[in-house]
Amino acid sequence: MHVKNYETVFILNPVLSDAQVKETVEKFKQVLVNLGAEVYHEETWGLKKLAYPIQKKTTGFYCLLQFKGTATNLVDVLEIEYKRDEKVMRYLTIAMDKFAMQFAEKRRNRKSETTTNA
Amino acid sequence: MATYNPTGNNALMNEPVNKPEIRKKYCRFKKMGIRYIDYKDANFLLKFVNDQGKILPRRLTGTSLKYQRRVAQAIKRARHLSILPYVADELK
Repeated sequence: MHVKNYETVFILNPVLSDAQVKETVEKFKQVLVNLGAEVYHEETWGLKKLAYPIQKKTTGFYCLLQFKGTATNLVDVLEIEYKRDEKVMRYLTIAMDKFAMQFAEKRRNRKSETTTNA
Repeated sequence: MATYNPTGNNALMNEPVNKPEIRKKYCRFKKMGIRYIDYKDANFLLKFVNDQGKILPRRLTGTSLKYQRRVAQAIKRARHLSILPYVADELK
């Protein structure tokens, strides 16, 4: 079973406290780890303004996870979790091909180096 | 006697063409060697969207078919994640 790479972005309800946000992110990471996936990158963009209101809210807490795994039902289970959790306003999961991987790699290096010298 | 001209648009033959000098359009992705279009990068995608938020056609941007499809895919994903609006009045 060859390993597939995925990238998922989800938007959390802005009214949550920081603790709740962290706990939700940890919950999704735990779901992935239970399925034998390895979450090798995580980003939180914090509260961002939405381009159009979702569920009557104009801002949202964006979070990005990049993971890889061999389980075929990896994404299905993850998306069921998203649907079940009402704190998640919107989510998008994509499979990453080799060009997306190279781009993600470059992006991670750029981000890490900006944080070091920022 | 004017030379025989099958199309008969003799008057147009020596019409000065004052159209703006037409630059040869090129596909920026092939030229700059971009292989992946990121749906999370809003200000890059804004170059391919008009001020109403609609995707610009290839004849204006000059991108090749292969990359136009990827640009459209990335814009639709960005819209889903409300990084880009579906409709906007003065986007730029």
